[in-house]
Amino acid sequence: MAADLSFNRLPCNERAEIEITVEGQTVIALEGETVAAAVMYAGLRPTRTTPVSGSGRAPYCMMGVCFECLMNIDGKPNTQACMTEVHKGMVISVQQGAREVGGDSI
Amino acid sequence: MTGLEQYDLVIIGAGPAGMAAAREAGEAGLNTLILDEQPRAGGQIYRNIGRPILRDRSILGNDYYVGESLLAGLTHSLVTHIVNATVWEVTADNTLYYSAEGVSRQVRFKKLLLATGAQERPVPFDGWTLPGVMTCGAAQILLKSSGLTPAEPLVIAGSGPLLLLIACQLIRTDARIEAIVDTTPACNYGQAFKEIGGAIKGWRYLLKGMRMLNEVRRSGVKYYKSATELRAEPGGDGNLASVSFRKGNILHQLDCKTLLVHQGVVPNTQLGRAIGLEHQWDEVQQCWKPTLSENGCSSHPDIFIAGDSAGIGGAMVAEIQGRLVARWIVHQLGGTERRDPGIDSLRKELIDQLAIRPFLDHLYRPLDMFLKPQGETIVCRCEEVSAAEIRGLVKQGCIGPNQTKAFCRSGMGPCQGRQCGATVTTLLADELGKSPVEVGYYNIRFPIKPVSLGELAGLNQTRSVKAQTDQTTARN
Ligand SMILES: Cc1cc2nc3c(=O)[nH]c(=O)nc-3n(C[C@H](O)[C@H](O)[C@H](O)COP(=O)(O)OP(=O)(O)OC[C@H]3O[C@@H](n4cnc5c(N)ncnc54)[C@H](O)[C@@H]3O)c2cc1C
Ligand code: FES
Repeated sequence: MAADLSFNRLPCNERAEIEITVEGQTVIALEGETVAAAVMYAGLRPTRTTPVSGSGRAPYCMMGVCFECLMNIDGKPNTQACMTEVHKGMVISVQQGAREVGGDSI
Repeated sequence: MTGLEQYDLVIIGAGPAGMAAAREAGEAGLNTLILDEQPRAGGQIYRNIGRPILRDRSILGNDYYVGESLLAGLTHSLVTHIVNATVWEVTADNTLYYSAEGVSRQVRFKKLLLATGAQERPVPFDGWTLPGVMTCGAAQILLKSSGLTPAEPLVIAGSGPLLLLIACQLIRTDARIEAIVDTTPACNYGQAFKEIGGAIKGWRYLLKGMRMLNEVRRSGVKYYKSATELRAEPGGDGNLASVSFRKGNILHQLDCKTLLVHQGVVPNTQLGRAIGLEHQWDEVQQCWKPTLSENGCSSHPDIFIAGDSAGIGGAMVAEIQGRLVARWIVHQLGGTERRDPGIDSLRKELIDQLAIRPFLDHLYRPLDMFLKPQGETIVCRCEEVSAAEIRGLVKQGCIGPNQTKAFCRSGMGPCQGRQCGATVTTLLADELGKSPVEVGYYNIRFPIKPVSLGELAGLNQTRSVKAQTDQTTARN
């Protein structure tokens, strides 16, 4: 994670702060926001690597249509970070490769 | 199938179209279910409107906060609103399957309204897959739901009214924007001018556009008009480092950490495709849209479509269509002969609101480099298939999008063709010298979003067996 890649937080209405773990580091997220937003606030880039060439990717559409935001969330690979809300104690890591969406998914 | 919950009307999508329809339906006495995969109602334009996050309301502007009034439609006692609910299958026998909080459920409907909105048009160009390149809509979603502005230096590149709106919203946050690179082709202005009659009828939209252009000008942000040859370059770490483009004879290069791109929005047709509804190609908007009757009925008599998923019209049109279609459904289910006069006045409103569209559609038709990419530009992001590869398949005898899946896996990745589908059709049409209609589109299969086997096990036995068989067929 790099400070110069962090997204900037504007003055916000009251929201609880939540501690989550991103790539082993403790990060503060806001209650109600998505994992994708939280990791961009933290300056994480890339958030996954592709199974084909290993190139880095990061969230692209934020609305569930591109599947570029797939990450390991609470031990579950291939989870859409832009469609998953943060919760206290959540553990998130970069997804390396992995072609099939969810080991037990169809 | 017995014992399943049954509704008069099920609405998919709680944006302006879905919320307006829910209100009409509830008030007319229909037992209504509205499902949305987002945690809160609002859709794209009014995302998170029930719980606005930004302290400074001037950033998103009044056009955002007017959405608050639509939420009331969801509180009617006959309307059930389920959040975080992704619809992944609809069958011809009026049954719908959705997944919420890790559990899949099925419900039956008399009538179904798809109000699933739009997605931003995929804009393939060299470097669009780099971490740091995201869509303008994505940046706006971050602003509306998290109060975040992108890492700087920041460049905005592309074309369309939404690009201008988002540029203005970011300018109001004091984010440092290095440049706005407008790729609207110079020749579009002449084409659009032929539609000036409609633009004058839709003068409110025109005025809004001019105000936004003024706001950009006053801000002092560098604005490059009629730019071409857009390209994003990585740094040593593989992330986005700079963007280049041509303006006249000069090649510009700007360092940036975030590049926001946009080339308009297109109807989200994924669900309608999977159901097997009829679609048509819109030559001006360069996208697919469902074939509908004037009351929004699709090629299936019980399935209706309203809002941007019916064809791009914007938030006001979505709201009016939602109301119109709901009233028509009420009329149909009521079995009365008498026409609801409200439907006619809504139809008139719709015509007024749509008057500006031909002007906008001609003005913001994307540059050919985005519609018909060449060379090594990646087309299928999931499987990393280039434009040259897709074009080359024609020489090997490939005649349609479904064959490209077998040849090079394009459209086989997790996004199920949402990012490459239209481009693959256009490229094949280009190489074969055919129209997009003749070339066709990918067959989209259920489930349209990944569902875990554990979830399926919770549904009745026949269902899960069928889904697995379908999937096996899809993979073969
Ligand atoms: C990212 C983005 C930002 C936009 N911002 C603006 C803006 O600021 N101003 C503006 O005028 N226009 C904006 N637009 C254009 C916008 O599409 C329309 O103005 C308006 O939102 C259309 O309303 P709608 O009701 O048709 O669809 P939407 O508002 O898009 O609502 C559709 C809803 O359907 C839900 N949905 C889709 N598929 C499923 C499924 N399978 N299961 C469950 N739920 C599903 C979605 O979660 C969404 O909430 C934006 C478009 C996009 C894509
Ligand atoms: S960022 Fe596109 S699906 Fe999540």
